[in-house]
This record gives sequence, C-alpha cells and structure tokens, in this order.
Amino acid sequence: MNWLSDDAISRLQAASALPDLAGTRYRIIHRIGSGGMGAVYLAEDAVLERRVALKILDLPEDSGELATRLLREAQILARLEHPGIVPVHDAGTLSDGRVFYAMKFVEGQRLDRLIVSVGALSDRLRVFQRICDAVAFAHARGILHRDLKPDNIMVGPFGEVLVMDWGIAKILHQPAAPAAISGDEARDAISRDTLKTGHGTILGTPGYMAPEQARGEVENLDERADVYSLGAILQFLLIGCGATPRPVAAIALKAMAEDPAGRYASASEMGQDIARFLDGLPVSAYPETILRKAVRWGSRYQLAIVLVLTYLVLRIVLLMWFRR
Amino acid sequence: MNKIVYGLILGGILGIFDGLTAWFTPAVRSQLLGIVVGSTFKGVIAGVLIGFFARKVNSLPLGVLFGLGVGLLLAFGVAAMPSATGEHYYLQIMLPGGLVGLIVGYATQRYGSGGLAPSPRT
Repeated sequence: MNWLSDDAISRLQAASALPDLAGTRYRIIHRIGSGGMGAVYLAEDAVLERRVALKILDLPEDSGELATRLLREAQILARLEHPGIVPVHDAGTLSDGRVFYAMKFVEGQRLDRLIVSVGALSDRLRVFQRICDAVAFAHARGILHRDLKPDNIMVGPFGEVLVMDWGIAKILHQPAAPAAISGDEARDAISRDTLKTGHGTILGTPGYMAPEQARGEVENLDERADVYSLGAILQFLLIGCGATPRPVAAIALKAMAEDPAGRYASASEMGQDIARFLDGLPVSAYPETILRKAVRWGSRYQLAIVLVLTYLVLRIVLLMWFRR
Repeated sequence: MNKIVYGLILGGILGIFDGLTAWFTPAVRSQLLGIVVGSTFKGVIAGVLIGFFARKVNSLPLGVLFGLGVGLLLAFGVAAMPSATGEHYYLQIMLPGGLVGLIVGYATQRYGSGGLAPSPRT
C-alpha cells in the first residue's frame, strides 16, 4: 500500500480549500492574503481580460451572517466611488455557496511597508492627506470605517492612496440616493437587520481603535472614532523621520484625545490642518507664541527675506561708492 | 502666492528700503517722506509689471533682463525730475532702481505660482 507523502497531502488540502469558480468569469491565479471573514485571491477576469482581487468567504456557513457581512462590505464599497477607495466590480455567490465580491487589484505597497522607503516628512504627510480625503468622503456618505490602520492603506506605484478593508464599516445614515448594487443577494443583504453590530461588541485593532470603540460603545461611535484612528496612523507615520515638528505632533495628539469632544470633528478638518502645516500656515491644534509665529513666518518667506537682505547689502555698497 | 502679488509685495518692500536710503544723502533728507512714498509706488509698479511678465514668459534670463529694464526705466523717470537744488541724481537713483528690478525679476521667475505650464512632450 502506498501512502501519500506529506507534500502531496498539503497540496491536496490547498486544492480543496480553493474556491470553486466554475461558471464565473474569474480564474484564480493565487492567494494574496486572508482575514477574519475570508481570503483574498488574485484572479483573472476572463471577459475583460484584467486582473482583479476576489474576496471570498472561507466556507459556506449556516447562519449566513458572514455572507451578509461580506455582501454588505461590497455594498458599502459600491457606494463609495472615490479615487482613494478601492472600487468594487462585481458581487455574487459561487456554486459551492460561498459569497464573493470582485474589486480592483491594487498593485503597490501597504503603508506600513512603504514608510521604510519614504523618509521625508512632507511626502508622508501628503500621503496622509489623501487618506484623510478618502475617509472624509466616506463620512460624507454616512460610512465609518472603524478599522483604519497602516495595514489597510495601500499606496500605488504612482502615489495613489487607497483605503482598503471596509469589512467592519458602520453605516451611520443612509444617503439621499441609495447606490445600486448588482445581485439579488446584495439587495437582500441590505434589508436584513443582522447587519448591525450589537452594543458591547468590540471590533477594530488595538492601538488604532478609539477608546469608546474599545469599550464596545457601538451606538456612540461617530466620525470622531475614525479621526482617532487617523491620529494613530499619523503618529505611526512620524516614526523614523527625524524630529517631529510640534504642530504635527499637536495634530496627532488632538486627533487622539481621550474624549471625542476634544478631537477634530471630522477627517476633512484634520486633513485641512495637515494642508495648512504643509503650506507653512498656522494649524488649529497648535496655538503659537509670537516668537514661534515669527520663526514660521521667517521660514515661509525665507527667499524674500534673503533677497531683501541682499538688496540692502548691495545698497550699502552703492552708498559707500557714491560717497567716495 | 501668484507671481503678480509676489512681485508687488517684494517690489513694494524693496521700494521702501530704496526710499529710506535717501536719508544718507543730506541734501534730500528733508524730502525723505515724499521720496519713500514715491519709491514705494515705483517699486509696486515695477513689481506688478515684472510679475505679469513672469506669468507670460517662463525664462530666468529674460525675466531678469526685463526686471532690470523696467527698474531702470522707472528710475530714469524719477531721476529726470530735477531736485530742489536743480541737480539730477541719475546714478544714485537709477542704479538702486535697476537693482530692485533685477531682484524682483529673478524672484518672480523662480518663485510664485501662476506661471505658464510647460508644454507636454509629444
């Protein structure tokens, strides 16, 4: 009797774990990663001849809760058409009962890996500004991300920034015109009450989660919970880029205030403070003394000051020459 | 800050300093206020013209040359008017005036927004 080798068994296990995409337009290339709900695969869209990322539920489950969550994530993404948010292309159910959705395959680097190669603070802050823009857009559409962290941010080869993994996003309010979602399952999913996360449930990532979120106060969460996470991301971005300018540190501290009332009211407000810092303007999180204002003003108009001083030196030389 | 505003502010500031240096010429010290006002006005006009040129022409040498020319021309207009003693201070007025134009011409070419975008490569 010939026994299968360990290698053959592991191959068989891997093959059986692969989702059955028969009858769909997709062909799996390889597995990219996995999360709480399922796995993400790189796949080929045979109709459009392009690469997509497929997020597929691990196994069909009886309760259908995870399937509902996955479809809800797809619905949320469909509602958020923004250059900073990964677009969803398709959603449906596989022949083996597993729910999936197809999204843009983002080629690039995760933010936590990218900062190793991006040393300049201004470059990092520009990336951060784009994250704030995307999150602010989601907030304007009534969506909270609730799991913002460097691992969930992708930066593409052309500097495009994409906020990923909206799996535990919370719908704060429905927009005036609901987004159209393809698939019957998706329409069913939005009508189910099981979409809501119960009070006391803790979802998120320690270190990036707002205190009220960590306490499970789901009903009390609003945009400021994401602002807290943005503050934590900003602090992460400040690691390894030399001395942190006080206004930037103050922005991060304000965003991460224990009391939500002490934070920025919105992600766009925080992004505007970052933009003001990059433009050499005062930021709302950091009240300046006259001396600091003078130093900032001096560095902002450094060239003009140098030119005026150059003129004065030349003028003195001319005066002395005329007096000879 | 756009190039015209940049030129206006820089020309104005340099104009003030230009006028104040008249204090070192005792013969005209009594007319210092009028000189400072006139010189500031001259600097502002030069700054706006040079800033406008910088918006239209994206060239450092041409910008500096234009600045120098405008500075000298405006200063000549002032120097051509005789002082209370009937004297003309061509060199004393035109050299600093040209210097102001030269500096503003350089600054508006190198800095300030609103210049012509480079034409795309085909």
